[in-house]
Amino acid sequence: MIDALVASLGEVFSASHLVYMGLGVMIGLLVGIIPGLGGIAGMALLLPFLYGMEPGLALGMLMGMIAVIPTGDTFTSVLMGIPGSSASQATVMDGFPLAKKGQAARALASAFLSSLCGGVIGAIVLTGFILVARPLVLAFSSAELFVLTLLGLAMVAVLSGDSLFKGMAACGLGLLAGAIGTAPATGEFRLNLGVEYLFDGIPLIVVGLAIFALPEIVDLLIRRGSIAREQTSLGHGWRQGIRDVVDNRGLVAKCAGMGSLIGTIPGLAGSVVDWLTYAFASKTAKGEKHFGHGDIRGVIAPESANNACACGAMVPTLLFGVPGSGTAAIFLGGLLLLGLEPGVSMITTHLDLTYTIIWSLALANILGAALCLMLARPVAQLTRIPFVLLAPVITTLILFAAFQATRSLGDWYTLVAVGAIGLLFKQAGWSRPAFLIGFVLAPGAETYFYQSVQFHGMTAFLRPGVIIILALIALAFAFPLIKRLLQRRRQPLAVGADVNRQTADSPAPTFGNIDLVLVAGMLALAVGAWYDVSGMSMIGGIFPMLAIAIMAIGALLTGAQAWKGQATWVSQPIGQPLVWLGGLLALIVVASLLGFISTAVLMTLGFIRFVAKARWSAALLIAIGIGIFLLGMQALLNLHYPTGWLDAMLF
Amino acid sequence: MHAKPKLSRLPCRRWWIVCALALLPLFAEADDGQPMPDTLTWTVPFGVGGGTDVWARFMSHWMARSLPSHPAIVIDNVPGGGSITGTNLFYTRAQPNGEEMLVTSASTQFPAMLEDPRVRFDYAKWTPIIAAPTGGVVYVQPRFGKETGEILDNLREEPTKFAMQTPTGLEMPVMLAFDMLGLAVEPVFGMRSRGEGRLAFERGEAGVDFQTTSAYFSSVTPLVESGQAVPLFSLGVMNDEGVIVRDPAFPDLPTFSELYLAQPGASRDDVAYEVFHKFFASGYALQKLLLVPKQVDARLLARYRDGAKALMTNEDFLAAARQQVGPYEPVVGEVAARQLASAMELSDARRQWVVDWLKDRYGVRVVTR
Repeated sequence: MIDALVASLGEVFSASHLVYMGLGVMIGLLVGIIPGLGGIAGMALLLPFLYGMEPGLALGMLMGMIAVIPTGDTFTSVLMGIPGSSASQATVMDGFPLAKKGQAARALASAFLSSLCGGVIGAIVLTGFILVARPLVLAFSSAELFVLTLLGLAMVAVLSGDSLFKGMAACGLGLLAGAIGTAPATGEFRLNLGVEYLFDGIPLIVVGLAIFALPEIVDLLIRRGSIAREQTSLGHGWRQGIRDVVDNRGLVAKCAGMGSLIGTIPGLAGSVVDWLTYAFASKTAKGEKHFGHGDIRGVIAPESANNACACGAMVPTLLFGVPGSGTAAIFLGGLLLLGLEPGVSMITTHLDLTYTIIWSLALANILGAALCLMLARPVAQLTRIPFVLLAPVITTLILFAAFQATRSLGDWYTLVAVGAIGLLFKQAGWSRPAFLIGFVLAPGAETYFYQSVQFHGMTAFLRPGVIIILALIALAFAFPLIKRLLQRRRQPLAVGADVNRQTADSPAPTFGNIDLVLVAGMLALAVGAWYDVSGMSMIGGIFPMLAIAIMAIGALLTGAQAWKGQATWVSQPIGQPLVWLGGLLALIVVASLLGFISTAVLMTLGFIRFVAKARWSAALLIAIGIGIFLLGMQALLNLHYPTGWLDAMLF
Repeated sequence: MHAKPKLSRLPCRRWWIVCALALLPLFAEADDGQPMPDTLTWTVPFGVGGGTDVWARFMSHWMARSLPSHPAIVIDNVPGGGSITGTNLFYTRAQPNGEEMLVTSASTQFPAMLEDPRVRFDYAKWTPIIAAPTGGVVYVQPRFGKETGEILDNLREEPTKFAMQTPTGLEMPVMLAFDMLGLAVEPVFGMRSRGEGRLAFERGEAGVDFQTTSAYFSSVTPLVESGQAVPLFSLGVMNDEGVIVRDPAFPDLPTFSELYLAQPGASRDDVAYEVFHKFFASGYALQKLLLVPKQVDARLLARYRDGAKALMTNEDFLAAARQQVGPYEPVVGEVAARQLASAMELSDARRQWVVDWLKDRYGVRVVTR
């Protein structure tokens, strides 16, 4: 082991290896910063060069890219409220509020430094762990994986704060949305309304953009300010951010450890890690808490975890050839292309290559974080630009990102439809993370439940691992009760409710016109969806029925609370946001007729000139920039956009 | 440096002749039908890094070298719907200009044969350039025994599980094989890859498992060597007469066909065996296919096929292919076209047989057009 360790160290620090790894890091940062692109796009860029390359060098390049994607995607999460990838969704929760407070540089610096630490800790854990990990990975059967998804769902109880019923309804709706498509057990189609786009289910990236990014954009457009509401100086934000990480070194270590261990479990996507560690931080943090309103610990926890998770995901990928995450799946393809078959041989005959991978991971994490730290301050200045100038650029980016999901117009219409839900949720203070967690975990929860019952019958729930995790879940549910007891003595604390919700000021539940619409809509949906799945076979229909029940009960309890007069009636304005959403709908209709590139350029030009009232020269400059970006991406990555008649003529 | 004065010494008229002679091959080329495109786009209806994607990228590397003009080959991944989405898209959009090709796999062929309502493409409108066969092996937990007959008897007695992806996926012929041998093997669906199925086997949740040849060599051979798995039978390979024979990768392992036909009363004419044979042909004997629209210029098609045939004598390619898919000879040109046409043909009665079998035996409802 020591020989391989040292030999690979020499390999990693050779000049050619460093050059290729640097190239990988550059590409990784680029695709990480642009929302909607991730490991897949990066891999598409690198793959053509891979075949015939020396494995050590090629692996360095691949690892360079993979390691820094969860670092680079922090930019959009913090600065624009757009989750850069599934692994940084929780970063949005506190990162974006910090940016709004004018502390973007602080949030970014913290995020990058904790990414660095997380990545390096992950690589260190991996160094020894890879040799002994086999039994651990084999210990996680479908039953353990099922209760782990339940643990993720239990986080909803923590994240929805005081409005548990609304959180439950939101989670149920998310589960139902996640059940659209094909029943994993039988292959039956369900809830797809006969629309072909829905046969595969809704893509995660579209839901992430619609639930988090769109409502924020609308909100910013209505407020007519810049992203940073408070014009404090960025000057010391950088140093402050680093100090924050040093002050919270315990949290960094714990979250990185959790990240690398959860990452080793195949099939449990990286998108759970950030929420688990976020919930962990919000529960265990001491002192004053502002989770959901810009608490730096809400950035540090998921960011240290997601880079560590990328390391952990290498364990099942290398040992079993079963990818631990989406990016790892693509890495696996790269290995096969290099003529390396993952398996036990990776820790026997190819141990030196395995250590090259691990060292490259650590080094790329350091390099990527250093590059990002250098960029953090200048890029954070973006938050001081009046938002009306940024809005068309960000809207184009969101449409660009959403369309990469399946490359069909269905992506855009789904974006608007789910965006409407996100908007209503935001205005009425329903938990958007609860919806997203439900959505992300739905396929896993269903598949693992079905598999564990098929494999083990009812004894599935008597396995020791299962009982331990179930105990953790009980703790998560008991937590709000314990908290309430403590709150009687202390000032009420705001724990991770929705981003802009002032839970601290209003501990009593509220109810308003949007709540009424949501409750009524969910009940109507419950009836319709029940009708759709009632004709299915037992094992194909049981899970959507469960989701419907959770949603309906949550909605009913929310309604009952208001009926009995326990909730204070509030007025919830919605007219203006819906007008903006209608504008987006009009935009995508035009884009599908004229073509995406022309529409994006014309929309930017018109919006900046007439809505933002900037000079023609500025409007032209930004519009041309957008055109060049879209054309460049098309050429570079072999992408396709909707081509209407105007694009067909021009490009 | 010295060439120039030499050339200038040629008389003017002879210079013209030299030029004309030099240009002649160009005209001949133009007469030979459409020129070879500079860029070929291969639509891969699977995600980046999957088995079919890796095969496509591997083939694109060798095909680009083997074709005379060395065209650039762009891989366009259009995943979704278990490859149906991207294939539908190719079917409606692709121009028969020789620039656009499609790479498909067993999971594209099976839904087409079963007339899945989502399928809008038609294999009859395409023709293959090259096809790659693969084999596969079924292996069991060592507690079922060491010797074939003993294992089969135990598997008939003791119910056990087999982790599958979908009822109509790559493993369907394997499940049919278990049923035809009378084994008490129950499927558990919902695996996202064969790798996950193997993990379920290694955890002891599944009693039997199946892997294609390359995955078997890399991941199962170590298990067999350490006594954690026992190979039971291979699916075999199809010879030129369309008969399933022993797999050259596993010469010591009996094929499923041998085991089935050894049973009293079993014959090659049984409906179940014919169905197995059909799906084996389209899913394994021709697992990965590189296709072009049939209307493509005949001489251009011939040159693509010549490029593929040239690979069959290229030792470097054959060595690399052996590592990638196992010791199987790829099928090229007209032979592949003939085999594909017969493999994809499934009569309504046979299709109904499959639908009924899945429903009666496993309670799985398959919708057909």
